[in-house]
Amino acid sequence: MMHAVVDSLAMIGVSYVMGFLFYGFYRQLNARIQRRWGPSIWQNFFDNMKFFFKSETLSHGPMFFFGPMIIMAGAFTTVLFVPFLKDSTWLQGFSQYGNLILIIYLLVVGPLGNALAVGSSGNPFGVMGVTRGLTRLMGLEVPFFLGLALVMLQHETSSVHAIMAAQDGLANWGIVTNPVAFVVILLPFIAAQNASPFDVVGAPVEVYAGPRVEFGGRLLGVLMTQNMMMSIAKLVLVVDLFLGGASNVLVLIAKAFSLFLLTTAISMVFPRLKTEQAVDFFWKVPLGIGVLAVILTVWLPSWSA
Amino acid sequence: MYHKTQCEGFQCEQAMLEVPGDAETVREGVLDKLIAWMRQRSLFVLAYGTGCGAIEMRPLMTSRFDAERFGIIGAATPRQADVLVISGYLALKTLRRVIRSYEQMQEPKYVIGLGSCTINGGMYWDSYNTVKQVDRYIPIDIYVNGCMPRPEALIEGFVALQQRIKQGGKAGYHQYRENIDWYKANQRKALGEEMPPAYTYDWYHAGGVA
Ligand code: SF4
Repeated sequence: MMHAVVDSLAMIGVSYVMGFLFYGFYRQLNARIQRRWGPSIWQNFFDNMKFFFKSETLSHGPMFFFGPMIIMAGAFTTVLFVPFLKDSTWLQGFSQYGNLILIIYLLVVGPLGNALAVGSSGNPFGVMGVTRGLTRLMGLEVPFFLGLALVMLQHETSSVHAIMAAQDGLANWGIVTNPVAFVVILLPFIAAQNASPFDVVGAPVEVYAGPRVEFGGRLLGVLMTQNMMMSIAKLVLVVDLFLGGASNVLVLIAKAFSLFLLTTAISMVFPRLKTEQAVDFFWKVPLGIGVLAVILTVWLPSWSA
Repeated sequence: MYHKTQCEGFQCEQAMLEVPGDAETVREGVLDKLIAWMRQRSLFVLAYGTGCGAIEMRPLMTSRFDAERFGIIGAATPRQADVLVISGYLALKTLRRVIRSYEQMQEPKYVIGLGSCTINGGMYWDSYNTVKQVDRYIPIDIYVNGCMPRPEALIEGFVALQQRIKQGGKAGYHQYRENIDWYKANQRKALGEEMPPAYTYDWYHAGGVA
């Protein structure tokens, strides 16, 4: 019991620290590319703490308050059901009770809570942000889940632990044995991280802060925290599925960071798409590859047999 | 040979105005200091482009001036902002919007007045529909004088504000809370019929938090 509590707290702490450091790095790299100094690597931590210590004087009814709490709870549970390390008793959370299918469900809690909270605020800009978010969700969910299904098919299990255990050694990493699934997942994954070119929801400069338009003060701090933790949970999930997991925290950080660098490099080069362009893209490219891959992995072996 | 030390003449005067002396420093606990320190490292700015000074705020975010290295970054809405920059003269029409935006900001909040027009009306001192002293309607924490001030001057204003925040003590929003009746009377005198509806500010009377 004691072990589970300490372990859960450690997971939440690790994902939070990794979250703000990764995002701080992202902002600094972005600044250097634009030939300026940029903020310090701790900047996201300062921003987040500042929001936690601001006042919160507005209220749009109970749902406005519970929405961020639902999103936050979703982020916590997602973090706790993704195993951070393999062959270790630490940083496991409750992952032995869950599997990939449960994680798929938990990933949708965030957008749902968002829609509830923003809907009760009644701000038209917020509703516009939610609409854009749900439209994009329509595009990215299908290829993303198709990619996860491909991984489950390949290993014939939905347990993340078993998938990690199957990838012993570089030659057995998911990215080597099943590169098509990695490609299918990678693009929706960038969108799920809310990174350019698919950042149509927050869309800085284009729409007023998207769904977060009515949030300021502490609730915005909560939303920022869950965003950072959720990003790390997704990164670790992809590391578990394709990069063979990690046996200690340093390896975990190194692998997650290299994956982060890959997505960052993609998002720095490509500018934002329009909402309908993004959905179009998802329905054509990743979904097309995904369907081809399903045909290749499911039907071809049975024909040749 | 004459050596310039830290500052001279009117520059010293300015520095003294910006940073209160040691005697005034408020004693606070370690936690308060830590929070204040983080707070000054992260200022979200709501840039209110009212006058010609607005044109000098845009370059702040560009690679040349790079205000982000001080943790200063633009906010999309008043709800998320810490600093309201009033860039120049305020017509009566815009004054109303500025008051509304200011009251929507979450505390702690600060205001920077940019340009001579916010101090004494500047070259609009005898205009029929321009507010002369913005300080009479909403509390201003830092003035940046000049017509128009360069982006460097604005950055200096921000740095002075950061020092203020770091030192703690009372800021403009405390004043606004304490003297709300005085501010409201002034606003009513200027705006008359156009006064924002009472529900936008009556929670100030209700003891603080709505
Ligand atoms: S101070 Fe000068 S530049 Fe600024 S708004 Fe007034 S007239 Fe324009």
